[in-house]
Amino acid sequence: MHILKNPSQEEGKEVMPNLQRRNFLKYLGMGSALVTAATMAASCHKDDDNNNMGGNGVSLGTGDVAVLNYAYALEQLEAAFYTQVVLTPYAGISDTELDFFKDIRNHEIGHREFFKAALAANAIAGLEVNFSSIDFTKRDSVLATAKAFEDLGVSAYNGAGQYISSSATGLVYLGLAGKIVSVEARHAAYIRDLITPGSFADSDVIDANGLDKARAPIDVYNIAKTYIKTKIDTNTLPK
Amino acid sequence: MDLLNIFKEIEKIDPEVYDRLDSRRNAMKQFTNISGKIALAAIPFALGSMFNKAYGQASSATVTGVLKYALTLEYLEEAFYVKGVATPGLIPTAAATAAITTIRNHETAHVNFLKSVLSSMGGAPASPTFDFTAGGTFPTVFSDYNMFLAIAQTFEDTGVRAYKGQAGNLSGNATVLTAALNIHSVEARHASHIRGMRRALGTLGATSALKPWITLNQSGIATTAVNPSYAGEELTTQAGVDISALGGNIGANSASEAFDEPLSMEQVLPIASLFIKS
Repeated sequence: MHILKNPSQEEGKEVMPNLQRRNFLKYLGMGSALVTAATMAASCHKDDDNNNMGGNGVSLGTGDVAVLNYAYALEQLEAAFYTQVVLTPYAGISDTELDFFKDIRNHEIGHREFFKAALAANAIAGLEVNFSSIDFTKRDSVLATAKAFEDLGVSAYNGAGQYISSSATGLVYLGLAGKIVSVEARHAAYIRDLITPGSFADSDVIDANGLDKARAPIDVYNIAKTYIKTKIDTNTLPK
Repeated sequence: MDLLNIFKEIEKIDPEVYDRLDSRRNAMKQFTNISGKIALAAIPFALGSMFNKAYGQASSATVTGVLKYALTLEYLEEAFYVKGVATPGLIPTAAATAAITTIRNHETAHVNFLKSVLSSMGGAPASPTFDFTAGGTFPTVFSDYNMFLAIAQTFEDTGVRAYKGQAGNLSGNATVLTAALNIHSVEARHASHIRGMRRALGTLGATSALKPWITLNQSGIATTAVNPSYAGEELTTQAGVDISALGGNIGANSASEAFDEPLSMEQVLPIASLFIKS
């Protein structure tokens, strides 16, 4: 696994081998003509010493790569959580609940694996999670965490759309973020209704204009970090 | 908030700001409209659209076009739920009435929000009039609760796809893009809940298996009339990556559910126009 280091340390230094560059494009399903040299220069810096635990933590990279790694980190967290939920279902879980949690787990794995493939050599390493605050045997604990993660995911994607570039590649990423965020919102509504029927879009998440929340990356990170053992370099959050 | 002061500050940094907009007179007129007529929360939205014309990437005409399109769809949804809630005997339980009322209120809020923004940008179109039987295709839409929910589900799932299809047109305009995304995810929450209501009923094609998410291109509705709203949802490959066969090997159903697909304006307007009388 190739790890990104703070790209500012390598300003202007192109280190990505051509083979990996081709893979990156192939995974995106796009011809190289669609990707400008500038985008590549900004997105393909990497460090060769595999040291992802420098003073500031894991670097997400810059530009669109940072946005994708940010999403990849959140999807890793969600996928790990639902994998555990399905592995050790809470007491009294119904057949439908278990079926739907398996679906949600699969969706999050699909999202996670997509980002991993799209990022290729630019992907951050697998995050270490910390679920010590969650009691997986208790329905209340699992559902409260699931609700927090899904609402957080929705607000994270809503808040990150503006950081994706308007390049041809960026528009593909924006489209993909849009395809994912509505599925997270479907999850969020389902889980909210499990906790309190009819709370799918309560006023704690939807404002008087009928708008859902958009959170800035640092606000998302400060909520999510309780569950992530791996330190992330907050200077590299999307901006 | 003193908008004229903001304007003066911008002028200091960029003396040519008026040239970038249509004219000083138009710019001032727009500002007066913004400060006078619209909700406080809509101001950044309107300013963002206005300055995008001067500095941004998406053209002002494109942004205005997207907002008018969104408003048309919100008018449709709002009118549908207003009529549903107002029809005696249609919605059978207090819980269901509460949920539909919540959704109606959101659609009303979306209409008001988009109207106030468009008012500041040259004018909001008036609401069309609607025929929710779609010329007789759904004759029992306000007498058969199952039919009502089936149409509600179709509107919500279509709305999600319609907003998603416009994200690219708003790229580079952070304020408008974010507001559109914030509406988009609310429509998805609605869709998820309506699907749950239909799952609980278990009729009109809504089996106990109807999920909060869209499996392949299945509507879960026993009429092909709604198929255009679900066409293309069966995708399992994203940006060249086969999602079904990746590390997790999640299969085609989950792979299609994990990504909602966009619809273009050209795809949505024929669907909406079935319900638009004039």
